[in-house]
Amino acid sequence: MTTVTRRPEAATLPAPARPPRKRGRGLLTIALFVLPALVLFLLLVVAPILVAIYASGFKWNGFGGLPTDFIGFDNFTRLFRSEIFTTDLWHLAVLVGLCVLVQLPLALGIAMLLNQRIRGRSLYRLIFFAPYVLSEVITAVLFSLILSPTSGLANEIIGIVGLESEWLSDPGTVLLSLFLVLTWKYFGFHMMIYLAGRQNIPEELIEAAKIDGAAGWKVFRHVTLPLLGPTIRISVFLSVIYTIQLFDLVWILTEGGPAHASETLAVTMFDVGFDRAQVGYASAISVVMFGLSLIFALGYQRFVMRRDLEGATTAMGDRR
Amino acid sequence: MRRTLALIAATVLVAGCGGGQSAAPETDTSGGAPQKVTLEWWHLSTADPLKTVYETRAKEFQAKYPHVTIKMTVLENEAYKSKVTTLTQSGKAPDLFATWGGGVLQQQIDAGLVKDVSADVAPVLDTFTKASLTAYQFDGKTYALPVDIGMVGFWYNKKLFEQAGITEPPTTWSAYLDAVTKLKTAGITPIALAGKEKWPGHYYWAYLAMRIAGLPALQQAGVDHDFTKPEFVQAGQRLKALVDLQPFQKGFLGASYSTPDGQAATVSNGKAAMELMGQWAPNVQNDNGKGLGDDLGFFPFPAVEGGKGTITEAFGGGGGMAVGADAPAEAIELLKFLTETGNHTKAVEKNAVLPVLKGEESAVKDPNLKVVADSLANATGFQLYLDQAYPPAVGAEVNDSVAELFAGAKTPEQVAADITEVAKSE
Repeated sequence: MTTVTRRPEAATLPAPARPPRKRGRGLLTIALFVLPALVLFLLLVVAPILVAIYASGFKWNGFGGLPTDFIGFDNFTRLFRSEIFTTDLWHLAVLVGLCVLVQLPLALGIAMLLNQRIRGRSLYRLIFFAPYVLSEVITAVLFSLILSPTSGLANEIIGIVGLESEWLSDPGTVLLSLFLVLTWKYFGFHMMIYLAGRQNIPEELIEAAKIDGAAGWKVFRHVTLPLLGPTIRISVFLSVIYTIQLFDLVWILTEGGPAHASETLAVTMFDVGFDRAQVGYASAISVVMFGLSLIFALGYQRFVMRRDLEGATTAMGDRR
Repeated sequence: MRRTLALIAATVLVAGCGGGQSAAPETDTSGGAPQKVTLEWWHLSTADPLKTVYETRAKEFQAKYPHVTIKMTVLENEAYKSKVTTLTQSGKAPDLFATWGGGVLQQQIDAGLVKDVSADVAPVLDTFTKASLTAYQFDGKTYALPVDIGMVGFWYNKKLFEQAGITEPPTTWSAYLDAVTKLKTAGITPIALAGKEKWPGHYYWAYLAMRIAGLPALQQAGVDHDFTKPEFVQAGQRLKALVDLQPFQKGFLGASYSTPDGQAATVSNGKAAMELMGQWAPNVQNDNGKGLGDDLGFFPFPAVEGGKGTITEAFGGGGGMAVGADAPAEAIELLKFLTETGNHTKAVEKNAVLPVLKGEESAVKDPNLKVVADSLANATGFQLYLDQAYPPAVGAEVNDSVAELFAGAKTPEQVAADITEVAKSE
């Protein structure tokens, strides 16, 4: 997924004649090399998905052998009718919106700044990237101390200008506080991607634009930004997929509370499966999450990243 | 996909590892040195003195039976519940593990994960008080032995009550609301509550339901799966009236129980006047804050005027230890070792647990725990924590709905209706 190079023009030329090869032996070699990975993939990825789809049709507390009490699509109808599911989707939409409109532009801005020749550039890069290296659990514990409404650092800081907030304890601010933590943790990662993307842009193009009389913003708007397109599309993609599956941070910071105000699909799934022992229903939630991710991934690759991924599976039909 | 698959991966484990117990070969009884045995012991006593008591017992047991190695897994409440659920759903259980009895234990028994120890403990069963055993006995069979039994009540700061001009701990609900108002007027936060963890909040609703509807009605509601009687709605309304007084510490909806700024620490550091908590409250307070020492007092949950329940009916539970279905015989020995008269009394003397054996009452040294033990001994009725008494889904719904009532997101009527809906579907 990291190779986002454009298809070279040469690819439309007739392929050079290959030396004849014994077809059978080639297949055997391929099978031999692919087999271990394939077995692992089937066992650890495909099989669990199938089991979850199977289990989602049952009322099952998860104990003992395979489920027996088949209830058809009841788990799904129950899910689609549940208010918690609707709020989960709303939270997903809000977080994705904030990520794309706030977090990623912020990362892009900082990446552009750090691409300038400024003193201590690599130190800044290191500092901004550091939060991404921390595990989510550590980040969450850290921020539950910082955002404590009674003794937290955050209230001390905004207290200077006479403000205070209950952060994670107030249903009205919890989602924004969560986004704050997400941004702190992940903007460095996106900044790094953008920096790498920016450095792939040949300096000649920028120079040429400058010679033609374009200044700062115009160079960025008409040269840098379009050429960063593939990088930005990938970072939006990663951001959305991550948000669909968001769990660790939320679970430790809020457990989805107060009153479900910060609950995500994965938190609901965990609560239903492990606290309430309704594994059939939880499987239905996981199937819906899987479906959401799959539809988004395929749709996004097909329509948004089409040019970046030409030749990949999703664009198979377009091959000329 | 990692998270999407977390659950289904666990499901696959059911199919994959349903069979054998990890590494616990049967003891060789045909003579010679017994084979080495590793015992998995899971409990949730993360706070001293009980934590150290258990470590000491484990060492003593290993000294007595050199072929036994005890591997302890100690987790706090919420994490413990999740981890046990995850393991039991994969078809296994630890060799010895902490349980509260009730509907959760019942579900594990139904899944064939818990050993029926009736025959093994028959000789010692008579040493236990009857009340302490009930949560672990089903159809006349015993599935666990109690190590602790207690009740939930208000733990309060005598000094702060005095400052607010409250001379006597309240015995009626209206006097209680008065006390809350007086504390507020005196600029003192009346109550600390861990809103994030939900289970401490459910104590309020459960006690009010007991006091208003009466204990038999609450127990009947569990059997009938019907919590819509007007008395249960009233319990919610009384609770809402308390919440409307805004008696809790700042940010209580996001507060945990045993963290540096949690419920226990808030009381322990004198920043709130009381908390509704079980017999372990003093130990957790000391563990998370300065501790109140002699300023700490205990009073039972007040009676509600016109209600069918009385102030002498207790709500709470203790802790027991259950033995996994595939556990080696040594696990039962360890269970008996923990609860035998000498050893258990030592734990009582350290204020770690309350008496579960007959005649242990005199070993209780702490004056507050003495009040708890006496209230319990004289209790006219007893109700186990609702989130343990009922099947997991119903218990979790009680906790969840009541938490939403605290947050103002659900009405008392909705709480009663939602608990009923889940109870009916189980």
